[in-house]
Amino acid sequence: MSANSGGSTTGRGEEIGLWAGCVAQVRRELKIARRRGGDLVNPLMFLALVVVLFPLGISPEPDLLASVAPGLLWVAALLAMLLSLDGLFRGDHEDGSLEQMLLSPLPLPVLCLAKVVVHWLLTGLPLALCAPLLGVLLALPGAGYLALMLSLALGTATLSLIGAIGAALTVGLPRGGVLLSLLVLPLYIPVLIFGAGAVKAAIEGGMAGPALALLGALLALALAAAPFAIAGGLRISVNG
Amino acid sequence: MWTFVHKLGSPKWSYAICGRLQPFFWVAALILLPIGTVWSLAISPPDYQMGDSYRIIYVHVPSAILAQSVFVAMALASAVFLIWKIKVADMAASVMAPFGAAMTALGLFSGSLWGVPTWGTWWTWDARLTSMLIQLFLYIGVIALRGAFGRGDQGAKAVAVLTLVGVVNIPIIKYSVVWWNTLHQPATFSLTERPAMPASMWMPLLVMVLGFYALFIALTLYRLRNELIRRESRARWVQALAD
Amino acid sequence: MAVKVSLRASRLACERDDRWLFRALDLRVEDGDILRIEGANGSGKTTLLKLLTGQLPPTEGRIEWHGEPLARSREAFLSQLLYVGHAPGVSAALTAQENLAWAAAMAGVRAPVPDLERALEAVGLAGFEDIPARQLSAGQRRRIALARLELVPRPLWILDEPFTAIDREGVAWLERRLVAHGDAGGAVVMTTHHTFHANGRVDSLLLGEAA
Repeated sequence: MSANSGGSTTGRGEEIGLWAGCVAQVRRELKIARRRGGDLVNPLMFLALVVVLFPLGISPEPDLLASVAPGLLWVAALLAMLLSLDGLFRGDHEDGSLEQMLLSPLPLPVLCLAKVVVHWLLTGLPLALCAPLLGVLLALPGAGYLALMLSLALGTATLSLIGAIGAALTVGLPRGGVLLSLLVLPLYIPVLIFGAGAVKAAIEGGMAGPALALLGALLALALAAAPFAIAGGLRISVNG
Repeated sequence: MWTFVHKLGSPKWSYAICGRLQPFFWVAALILLPIGTVWSLAISPPDYQMGDSYRIIYVHVPSAILAQSVFVAMALASAVFLIWKIKVADMAASVMAPFGAAMTALGLFSGSLWGVPTWGTWWTWDARLTSMLIQLFLYIGVIALRGAFGRGDQGAKAVAVLTLVGVVNIPIIKYSVVWWNTLHQPATFSLTERPAMPASMWMPLLVMVLGFYALFIALTLYRLRNELIRRESRARWVQALAD
Repeated sequence: MAVKVSLRASRLACERDDRWLFRALDLRVEDGDILRIEGANGSGKTTLLKLLTGQLPPTEGRIEWHGEPLARSREAFLSQLLYVGHAPGVSAALTAQENLAWAAAMAGVRAPVPDLERALEAVGLAGFEDIPARQLSAGQRRRIALARLELVPRPLWILDEPFTAIDREGVAWLERRLVAHGDAGGAVVMTTHHTFHANGRVDSLLLGEAA
């Protein structure tokens, strides 16, 4: 180690803006997810397995499956999102990174939002993209595929945001997982209703538009309010 | 205003004022509830469509109203606690939660009882019953989160945030459930959305609702006093009380 | 030269979970001060740091940064503060250099690669830049956290148990580094049981007696 007796630092301390801070946050999250690997694949595998269970448990009858497919795919995707939430802040809490975020001069809600965006990119978006494949397994009628993808893409973003509030509140608890589902699932119900409703409407020849618009409204509301609740929850969990 | 808020924040003062107010609400509850019960069960006329079975609304409607009001009251107390750091507000929220959950459960139970003569089934996915069931889960979530943290400031704050998030979501959930209901079921006749009731029917209902409110406030004050003593057990004024 | 650090706490009291941790605590940290907070386990050392960093509001009393209440000057305060917590804030999946780059970004400071390398070299991690922190020892991870002292120029350092897990050589380096920071006009507040060689340079605050 060098004896730096002058007391000066090597860094020049040029300040960076909020945008650069967010970019650093997003890049960090992507790197961590890439090295862990499983985070990206596990929710997809979970979704696929749950979807396979239903024809085995109910009946392989295509008409029957087609009628329950929208709701079933949505419920399975919602549970897959839920499972991926518990780890959202846990690692950062344990290694002290969360404390660094809390003491950053950059606004915490924005840093949280950056984290949630990455969570959605790595779970919600892949679910939305892969859901059509599983729709085939469930004999989902052709008219429903576009609505399924759009509703999942919009809806899972809201699920990420709401779920992050629950994850932030329970991150300090030793057995947060089950409790997290208890807190978050009731709040997920509107997204489920509108999401599955959009797909159903598209299949029945109606308009998926209104339901998708409502999903968009939910997302807008969640985007505006949830980051503050997440930040508040994290402050409580870290500082007590 | 500020001195008032501060006074409210003082456990000793809260304890005294709860004690002073409590008798009025007990008396109100003890007068209103028996009157309402007798009136609604014996005096008010039977319904021309449903006969006597409609009388269950005299329990169902007040408990459903309380189920929502209690959650809103908890949210207000939580906001006061988070903004002004008044611990008494958190204690109030914590003693209200079980009562609210009980009212929701009572509303669900009475609703499903009513379903037997009306729909011929114990449970139907009626919009009102469904959103009540979800409300019950919200209550259970709040109570479970408090239980998981144990007693302490951290849990109190976490529960307050969850309660506020919940209260923002309640209207959204209600709206979505109604939307879903119209999508899936033709409108059946519902427990409360009925053509204008005659005064002989709604007057006892009003008495019952007021009685339930009085009971809620009386119980909250009573339990808040207990909670104050338990949490402040080391404070001088509690010691003095014990002597 | 203008005063860089002026952190004052007066009549500070903290109640946690219905228990008073400390009452009527006064302290003052200014340029050149090195303050060590001591006390038994559970005497509220970490809580005091949380109050001084504005993470928790005090139950009573006030904390001022340059004469302004801390709650009101939060952003200005945080951009002058460098905090190293009990947990190092180092993610196991990232390399030493990536961890440091992220920490700099969180501090709101630009950190080009040569600066990162120099900072890691200063804490004895030259050659470990591209090793994931998972493969490093606890002491090396703490050194990554301490490299922030080299990288992010901030007048006020608040450190929670900075001497844990590092070896004797590292302790000697850190001690010199803290004193140098004080001599250069910075200020240090830390919790530690470590006794300094240059003990005369360090002020002490003992918690847990007044309560």
